[in-house]
Amino acid sequence: MVTSTPTRHGMGALVHRSVRGRAKGGETSPRSIAFLIVLWFCLLFALLFLVVLLINIWVDGVGRLDLALFTEYPSSNPDDAGARPAILGSLWVIGTTAVMTLPIGVAAAIHLEEFSDRHNLINRAVELNVQNLAAIPSVIYGMLTLAALGLFGVVNKNQVWVGALALSMLILPVIIIATREALRAVPAEIRQGSLALGATPLQTVFRNTLPAALPGIATGAILGLSRALGEAAPLLLLGGLVFLRFDPNGLMSGYTTMPIQIFNWTGRPQQGFHELAAATSIVLLVVLLLMNALAIYIRNRYQQRW
Amino acid sequence: MSTWSPPRPPAVISQDSLRARPRPLDTAIRLLFRVAAIFTIIITVGIVIALLIPSLAFFAEVPVWEFLFGTRWAPRFADASFGVVPLVTATAWTTAIALVVAVPLGLGAAVFLSEYAHRRARKILKPVLELLAGIPTVVYGYFAVQFIQATVLREWLGLDTGSFSVLAAGFVMGIMIVPTIASISEDAMSAVPNSLRQGSAALGANRMQTTVRVVFPAALSGVIAAIVLGVSRAVGETMIVALAAGQQARIVTGPLEAGQTMTGFIASAALGDSPVGSLEYDTLFAVGLLLFVITLVINFASIAIVRRFREAY
Repeated sequence: MVTSTPTRHGMGALVHRSVRGRAKGGETSPRSIAFLIVLWFCLLFALLFLVVLLINIWVDGVGRLDLALFTEYPSSNPDDAGARPAILGSLWVIGTTAVMTLPIGVAAAIHLEEFSDRHNLINRAVELNVQNLAAIPSVIYGMLTLAALGLFGVVNKNQVWVGALALSMLILPVIIIATREALRAVPAEIRQGSLALGATPLQTVFRNTLPAALPGIATGAILGLSRALGEAAPLLLLGGLVFLRFDPNGLMSGYTTMPIQIFNWTGRPQQGFHELAAATSIVLLVVLLLMNALAIYIRNRYQQRW
Repeated sequence: MSTWSPPRPPAVISQDSLRARPRPLDTAIRLLFRVAAIFTIIITVGIVIALLIPSLAFFAEVPVWEFLFGTRWAPRFADASFGVVPLVTATAWTTAIALVVAVPLGLGAAVFLSEYAHRRARKILKPVLELLAGIPTVVYGYFAVQFIQATVLREWLGLDTGSFSVLAAGFVMGIMIVPTIASISEDAMSAVPNSLRQGSAALGANRMQTTVRVVFPAALSGVIAAIVLGVSRAVGETMIVALAAGQQARIVTGPLEAGQTMTGFIASAALGDSPVGSLEYDTLFAVGLLLFVITLVINFASIAIVRRFREAY
């Protein structure tokens, strides 16, 4: 009796302390609140930066966002200059990139996802390689293309197809990864049903799996192409920075693109060119925003859920 | 009515008749698919060869140790000198500043989105955050040099700095890689099973303790992979540093100094038209090779980290 009293007393103190401890560490304790505020701040800071950037570009460039930007050619006088060849050049290069990269990317993804034997050494090397290619800096693709041109003795680097070749290799991993994910999302029952009806594996791919995966592929392709559209570094190495006084009009034609034009104008001392750079940035951002919106629309409208 | 009649079954079922009918067209198309997949390896091999051959020509003229440890970079001067250390210090500064910005912000945003945000809030906030990753780097470069450097650092803060600085370039680059780090870390944290959180809560931990002591350690491999990928993007980023970090190659000792990075040199050297086979052309590829080797090591480290430390639930 005598010994149990302090024990009971001790137990009480222990329980009391643990209860108090929990209260101290509760959801509304100062430390928890401070932690949440810090987390909020992290997200808010990044979003605030985005807003400030967009406002800054808009304020700098809106004065030159007029018809002349779309109709005039670059000039040494900022008041007469426009971005017409750069805008057309971007369209040419991105269109050519799409034609070059989509068939190869989709074909490679079909092989990896539908036909490849996972234990085959080459296939495992390809998978690891695609992951690695996606993280290689974009300038390196410019150097690869530059060296290839040197090897084949192509002297004139400033051609639409050359730029498109570099950008195609740059976004190939993006297209492959997106296509594989879209194919993987198609349930196995679809394939099995088709095969059970007597279709060959290839017929199954072309008539069932691929059409079912098309919205996902389209979304990935648009996002990959929008990355290529904003890219300047590889094209800089390929002589994309030229003073162009004509419209790009073919695969062999000379070109410059919007990001390169922005780079060129930003690097000049005159304020007028900085305004032009900002105005061209607005055009580029609007095009990218539209492409992203299209990707989201396709995903929401056509994506099937199984 | 129909004149078609089913083929008569063979009297004896041979091993041959059970075999798939040869379809040459199918085989050819599948071969094309395979070639497309192998094409990706050709790109990698092509990159290695393309960088290696001019680099070998370069190292025939400039000793490797002079390139790696020389402290003066002046490839276009009469008394040319090819020490790459100044370029590496500038790259190290911009990358370090970018990480100081991106790691806390990216992880904070990831924790918030994964552990605290309502499902509906996350559905809106995540794509908005990822818009940051969609902005062209040349636009970031414009913003870094025209707004962060010229307006914020010089006008508002009155700092003693020139037209360029590694701080402005690194800071903007850091914001650029926030979505990369946030997105991959958030995926890793969301993949931690709820039973762990419930177990932690049952032991009396609050949400902050659960996040810091249970969820975060469980997701560590994904978080490290995200940071490593961020490093690789910062090292290879070209347009921001070409516009905002400066064009003079010199050893950078402080954040307010200007300096040319490795990618910055490649971009500026590309503007001058150097003929194939000249030392200037080869220099470009030697720096490119160094850049490629650095990012390759970082990428494989990231892949290895994920494989080694992945907690499978």
